Amino acid sequence: MSETVPSEPLGETTKAPRRWAIWLPLALFLGFVVLVMIGLFRPAERDVASAMVGKPLPQFDLPPAIAEKPGLAHRDFAAGGKPRLLNVFASWCIPCAVEAPQLDQLAKMGIEINGIAIRDHREDVALFLARNGNPFTRIGADDVSKVQMAMGSSGVPETFVIDGRGVIRYQHIGEIRADQMPLILEKLKEADQ
Amino acid sequence: MKRLLGLFLLMAGVMTSPLAAQDTMPPAPYAYRQLDNPADEAKAQALMETLRCLKCQSQSIADSDAPMAGDMRSQVRERIAAGEDPEAIRSWLVERYGDYVSYAPRVTALTWPLFILPVVLLVLASLLLSRRFRKGGGA
Repeated sequence: MSETVPSEPLGETTKAPRRWAIWLPLALFLGFVVLVMIGLFRPAERDVASAMVGKPLPQFDLPPAIAEKPGLAHRDFAAGGKPRLLNVFASWCIPCAVEAPQLDQLAKMGIEINGIAIRDHREDVALFLARNGNPFTRIGADDVSKVQMAMGSSGVPETFVIDGRGVIRYQHIGEIRADQMPLILEKLKEADQ
Repeated sequence: MKRLLGLFLLMAGVMTSPLAAQDTMPPAPYAYRQLDNPADEAKAQALMETLRCLKCQSQSIADSDAPMAGDMRSQVRERIAAGEDPEAIRSWLVERYGDYVSYAPRVTALTWPLFILPVVLLVLASLLLSRRFRKGGGA
C-alpha cells in the first residue's frame, strides 16, 4: 500500500469503443421515436372483437322486453332458413338512436332483425322504439348482460349476423352508419351461402 | 361575457353527455355484494382482480364501477358460489373475448418469446460478464 505502483495503461482493460458502436445509442433512440410515432398516428384498436364469430349461438332464453313483441331464445334461430341480424342495443345508448334509421331500412328490405335490450326498463324500451321506430320482430331483455357476455359482446350497439343454422357469422361493433349499409348487406349475403 | 357563458354551457353539455348514456337499472345481485362464504369470496376476488373490464380497459372488473363490470362480477361470484373452478370461468371468458380479457398471460405459440427472452438475456449477460471478469483477473 505504501509504495506507489505506476497505474496500468488504460488501453489494456478498457478498449476504445468500436466505431459503429458510438452510433448505437442514437440508433436505439431513433427506433424508440419511431415506435412512439407509430403509437401516436396509428393508435391500437380498442374494440374487443368477439371470439364467438364462426361458432353457434350460446344457449339462452330471454323474456320479452316489451309487451307487443315476443322474447328471444337461441331456439328461434335454428328454425328460420334465412340469415338475420341480432342487434344488441339499449334505450340509454345514444349511438343506438343513430343507427335506428339504418335498422329500419334493413327491416323494410325484408331482413329479419332480432333485438336484445341490455340493462333496460320495459317502459324505456317502449319509449325508445316509439321514438325511433321498431325494426325488431323479437326483443329479449338481458337485465344483467348475461347473454351479451355469452356472445362475447362488450358494448352497445353491436350487430351480429346469424346464419340460417344459428351460427354467428359476423360482428359489427358500434352503430351501423349509412355508409356501412353495403357492408352489412354483403355480410348477410355471405351468411346465406 | 355572453359568449363566454355560451361556451361554458357548451362545454358543460359536452362533458356531462356521457353521463346521460348510463342505464338506471339496479346493479346485478352480486355486483356489490360479497359472497357469504369467505373462502369463496376470496377466490372470486382473486379472479376478478385479473379480469379486464371491457368498458374501461386499464381497470380490472374488481376496480371498475362500469355497469358491465358489475354484471361480470356478479356472474363470477354466482359461478364460484355454484362450485365452478376460477380457471374454468377465466377460460369461459377467454373463449368469448379472447386473451385480452385476462390479465394473467398464457404461454401460447404467439407469446412464448416473451417468456423465453428474459432467460436468454440473463444467460447472455452472465456469459459476457464472466468473460469480462476472467480477462480482468488475468491481467
